[in-house]
Amino acid sequence: MDINDKKLQVSAIKDGTVIDHIPATNLFKVINILGLDKIESQMTFGSNFESKKLGLKAIIKLSGVFFADKEINKIALVAPEAKLNIIKDYKVVEKKVVEVPDNITGIAKCMNPKCITNHEGIVTKFTVVSKKDVAIKCHYCEKITDAEHMEIK
Amino acid sequence: MENKHLVSITDFSREEIFRILDLAAEFEENPNQNLLNNKVIATLFFEPSTRTRLSFESAISRLGGKYIGFTDASSSSVSKGESLKDTIMTVANYSDMIIMRHPIEGSARWASEVSKVPIVNAGDGANQHPTQTLLDLYSIRKTQGTLDNLNIFFVGDLKYGRTVHSLLQAMSMFNTTYNFISPIELQIPNEYKMFLDKKGLKYYEHRELDEMLKHADIIYMTRIQRERFSDPMEYEKTKNSYVLKNQMLEGTKENMKVLHPLPRVNEIHTNVDENEKAYYFTQALNGVYTRQAIITHILGLK
Repeated sequence: MDINDKKLQVSAIKDGTVIDHIPATNLFKVINILGLDKIESQMTFGSNFESKKLGLKAIIKLSGVFFADKEINKIALVAPEAKLNIIKDYKVVEKKVVEVPDNITGIAKCMNPKCITNHEGIVTKFTVVSKKDVAIKCHYCEKITDAEHMEIK
Repeated sequence: MENKHLVSITDFSREEIFRILDLAAEFEENPNQNLLNNKVIATLFFEPSTRTRLSFESAISRLGGKYIGFTDASSSSVSKGESLKDTIMTVANYSDMIIMRHPIEGSARWASEVSKVPIVNAGDGANQHPTQTLLDLYSIRKTQGTLDNLNIFFVGDLKYGRTVHSLLQAMSMFNTTYNFISPIELQIPNEYKMFLDKKGLKYYEHRELDEMLKHADIIYMTRIQRERFSDPMEYEKTKNSYVLKNQMLEGTKENMKVLHPLPRVNEIHTNVDENEKAYYFTQALNGVYTRQAIITHILGLK
């Protein structure tokens, strides 16, 4: 049943990208990070589907949109389990998982209120110190922001 | 050519640290050298720190240089709402190097990215104070003859003590054994224990300042501040438990020295001052030589 459902959803676009296994609570963060609000392609968002792994998951279907790895890996901060299906002519031609990058520029906010990046207009820069339970270290104040306290700009 | 800066102690390799310490020893031999002739150094203190500022200004003066700057933000354009970036970009036009102290963490790193002259971090909030760390290393090597295989006792506020964290990181290059003595509220944060675990270094935590001290090569004292306690009763109860008194130094190692970044309040009893193991005032003097070494090294004059 579940598998059939997924197939139906996937086959609904001719060419494009399906992003699955997004934690439902982070759907809007993913939309924000990928800048989907500025893209004029057809897109479908689904949220609060049941998922054994995530509890509640969300799914994004984008018609005619393909991402470079570097671009899509940005969502790893908020959707580390996300899976991509690349669709060409109604068929899944490639499956990808996202990978937490070594460095993150922009996107995240440093959780330290005394950090310079929270006081002047500076693009944040982090090195990823843990990929499993994502934790990032600020290039400026050297403090660590963990997944629980991560805010997306 | 890319500028050299000193923002964080972790920016310096073991070799660079030794280079600075060797230079500092040269300046101790011969402190008055006219190497900064015609150079202008800016000392920007966005928050007051009299001791650090005087130490830098003494170092510049002994090198024959001139300095310009301000001693707290209220006497500068910062009070008119100028951004740090604008202040730095402007002052970089007036000087050959900027030495800065700022209450916001990461400010020195940011300054180093917008400045066309070298930046020396003289403290950025609770983050880094690398020139203090280098003078601590100089004091340790001078009194112990080496930095290798030493047993260092850190006492007092190990949670917020920036000097403790930086020295701990720097000493991890030298197979150090660490002993941490603090009240539970101010114990060494987990991230530093994880750091030492990763490096495979031994550390021990204690709540009492007692005969354990006889194992120490260095006792590094820090001030316990009242405002760090959420419960003022806890402060009253603990404040006297971490006071070093002269009789406690009986039976300690011959080579042992007591260090303190200063200012001291009451955590080292004044009866320790006469003990030859008390080293904190000489440590402050070493700060001038170390800063002479840092300035001349970064400007490529040594």
